[in-house]
Amino acid sequence: MELFGHNADFKMDVLREIGNIGAGNAATALSRLLDKKVNMKVPTVSLLPFEQIAERVGGPETVVVAVYVRVIGDAPGNMFFIMGMEQANRLLNVLLGMEDAQGPGYTEMELSTLCEIGNILGGSYLSSLADLTGMRLSPTVPSVAVDMAGAILSYGLLQFGTMGDDALLIDTTFFEGDRQAEGHFFFIPDPESFPRLFRSLGVPME
Amino acid sequence: MNEVAILKVGMADMKVASSGESLRTTGLGSCVGLVLYDVQRRIAGMAHIMLPSSTIARENRINPAKYADTAVPGLVEMMKREGADPGRLIAKMAGGAQMFHFAGEDVMRIGPRNVESVKQVLEQLGIRLVAEDTGGNYGRTVEFDSRTGVLHIRSVQHGVKEI
Repeated sequence: MELFGHNADFKMDVLREIGNIGAGNAATALSRLLDKKVNMKVPTVSLLPFEQIAERVGGPETVVVAVYVRVIGDAPGNMFFIMGMEQANRLLNVLLGMEDAQGPGYTEMELSTLCEIGNILGGSYLSSLADLTGMRLSPTVPSVAVDMAGAILSYGLLQFGTMGDDALLIDTTFFEGDRQAEGHFFFIPDPESFPRLFRSLGVPME
Repeated sequence: MNEVAILKVGMADMKVASSGESLRTTGLGSCVGLVLYDVQRRIAGMAHIMLPSSTIARENRINPAKYADTAVPGLVEMMKREGADPGRLIAKMAGGAQMFHFAGEDVMRIGPRNVESVKQVLEQLGIRLVAEDTGGNYGRTVEFDSRTGVLHIRSVQHGVKEI
């Protein structure tokens, strides 16, 4: 898929910076929630075949906890906050003071807590992005699912589906403290959003 | 025991099993896993369908496996080449879930729309749908045994089912 034309490398860098700023802000919010250090990796930006997107979190059948928000406004897209079950259990234990949160069968209370975490993180990702670009961007009410990664992530690929068999993913991995359990922020802007994102940041489009 | 070869069907992909293999596709959410089967010849085809209609396509070269209206006839054609009789085909399907719920977002109804569209095309082609496990709000992995005609469906919260 020819998404970028000229300056493709530079444009990829710009998207990486979008991930850096957005996820950086979200990681800070997460760190405050947990009162713990949260580290993140440099974001990766890649145009991936649909099949490979779920590989980022362990394959299409891996059970993950995902909070999804649809990004609405000037540059619509899909955003997921994805964790393994172990990571989600620990988050719940810290936030709710419960020692026995056990997926995949979470209680209503646990699910709504996960949703709220997604809401806070998605909101901070997007508000920093809105500040940076001067665009109007807001998250819809979040929705949570505990299920196979493939089934969940396919929702983020529908807008790309009409254009080809690849999607552009901005993926930021984060770690809580020194533990190796990781989570991901996935931002998949709709194909139409790229020119708008670039224009707002003064990237020449020719 | 003979190990059964498994053919993996990716997202927006379709394959035909003509010598006793199983067909498998993983992590179906709003997508539909459609199986067509010629019982007599034991020839099976599976498509992992992502979107209801190719009329919304904006790509230059359409991938027929991706859209319900092109996947069904495309799969029939592939199976015909392997020796299946189109007049004898039956269908089974699973998937088409609504994983997330939002007010007013039409894209969220994509699962049910995929199911409706597949049914419509099957009817147009005169293919009988003998079994389905569709809808709900959960993901499914499906495997079809082309020797027995059984479709195994696995999900995280609802266990295993056979249709």
